[in-house]
Amino acid sequence: MTRRTLLIAAPYLWLLVLFFAPFLIVLKISLSDAALAIPPYTPTIKDGVGAMFAELDFENFVFLTEDDLYWKAYFSSFRIALVSTFLTLLVGYPIAYGMAKAPDEWRATLMMLVILPFWTSFLIRVYAWMGILSNEGLLNQLLFWLGLINEPLVILNTNLAVYIGIVYTYLPFMILPIYAALDRLDPSLDEAAQDLGCTRTQAFWLVTIPLSKNGIVAGSFLVFIPALGEFVIPSLLGGSGTLMIGKVLWEEFFNNRDWPVASAVAVILLLLLIIPIVLFQRNQQKQQEAEQ
Amino acid sequence: MKRLSWFNVTSLTLGFAFLYLPMLVLIFYSFNSSKLVTVWAGFSTKWYGTLFQNEAFLDAAWITLKVAVLSSCFATVLGTMAAYVLVRGGRFMGRTLFSGMIYAPLVMPEVITGLSLLLLFISIGLDRGVLTIVLAHTTFSMCYVSVVVSSRLMTFDRSLEEAALDLGSTPWEAFRLVTLPIIAPAVISGWLLAFTLSLDDLVIASFTAGPAATTLPIKIFSAVRLGVSPEINALSTIMILIVTVGVVTASLVTKRNAVRAQQEAQAAERATN
Repeated sequence: MTRRTLLIAAPYLWLLVLFFAPFLIVLKISLSDAALAIPPYTPTIKDGVGAMFAELDFENFVFLTEDDLYWKAYFSSFRIALVSTFLTLLVGYPIAYGMAKAPDEWRATLMMLVILPFWTSFLIRVYAWMGILSNEGLLNQLLFWLGLINEPLVILNTNLAVYIGIVYTYLPFMILPIYAALDRLDPSLDEAAQDLGCTRTQAFWLVTIPLSKNGIVAGSFLVFIPALGEFVIPSLLGGSGTLMIGKVLWEEFFNNRDWPVASAVAVILLLLLIIPIVLFQRNQQKQQEAEQ
Repeated sequence: MKRLSWFNVTSLTLGFAFLYLPMLVLIFYSFNSSKLVTVWAGFSTKWYGTLFQNEAFLDAAWITLKVAVLSSCFATVLGTMAAYVLVRGGRFMGRTLFSGMIYAPLVMPEVITGLSLLLLFISIGLDRGVLTIVLAHTTFSMCYVSVVVSSRLMTFDRSLEEAALDLGSTPWEAFRLVTLPIIAPAVISGWLLAFTLSLDDLVIASFTAGPAATTLPIKIFSAVRLGVSPEINALSTIMILIVTVGVVTASLVTKRNAVRAQQEAQAAERATN
């Protein structure tokens, strides 16, 4: 019995101290005042637990609602995440479909080719696009050479580059669940639809797409949720006009050193994420129940 | 025999070109002799030479490796324990909170995890350095390990464990002699996942690393913020090659084991007939 307690207690305590407690601290600091001392907030635990809770107020949250920047940042992260999820679906679905239709002996190799980028450094994959999209970059050189443009297209440091970056880095997360759904699909259903008079396109829209819905939904959440809080992509590929909440939090913390406001931004980001996360979990649960 | 339509061939070709061309371009330009990254000026390996003389990069690489080895080992032990508790542990007080804490870090934005851990370390007065990065990486990696291991635990036949217990094993012996060998592939892939996640991580490390401990991603990030550099191309090429060799080897080994298991099963079937 004591062994069982130990087995439960070790990971449990670890997560309580290093995952749960930090959130309480963030919540607490989001309700504190900024001070110039390091750490730049007051009061701290050293002042005693009583003092910590005596001076709480919602000043930082009020500040967030008053400053336009934060509204815009939340709204624009949401929009960027939504648009890029949709683009990832458009790019990912045909690839997953092609994989599911491929001969069996190719499949292991195709799977490995999709998973391989996932193991490669995220930072390096984002960085790779900097050299391609810049004004003197490869893409512009190619377009020049083809005679399609006379002056370079400005892509790097715009929202377009952020979209490309998100689609590129999160593509495997979209492909894998859709492939899993399509792989399970019985091809005779598609044949039956065609025998009953559907054209191939109709059969695709009326049979294949609805039956792969679970994969589409799972893949979309797997892209949307991390894209919403993304930091690396907007800061390397985006420009000064690219507002994303992960970047704002980072700048609030490292550049402005305003820890209470950074914490308040984190708390609101978390509240925003709860809805898609709960929806995602419900979808996964439904799928599991359907399989049983 | 199934044949691919032209549409499927095109979408697969374009899709994989999109996935791989940027990395191939990066590798190609790492052998460029010009400092200007976008102008080709002939083949050269000089950037690899300057990279290996750059002490700051070498130091950062060493710290990154240390952090990755330590945190992935801790994460594997804790994550396997957590998976076992979740799948086999039965009911205990606070089980819902526990499973919530296992799944939440998987979807948590890194900026929030990083910020909250930093605030914890500061409020308990822990100096930032290798130790704090290891603690941070262990925390989020153990959740990934636990998800990988628990999916394996869920699918395997519990009666094997029960048989061992009936035959007089202690629970620990049953785990060590029966369960662990069966879930070993999942534990190993969990370890690999934790290891690469730690190698890769920029955001959480930036928050939890002190001035004394800079990891490779932090170093790369501050270098590439200023633009593309041939040295970083060379470094990226090395990292891409290591991962490629690792993943291809792993998948070949898995394939060979699967074929062997199949052959053994067939042989056993023949023997019983």
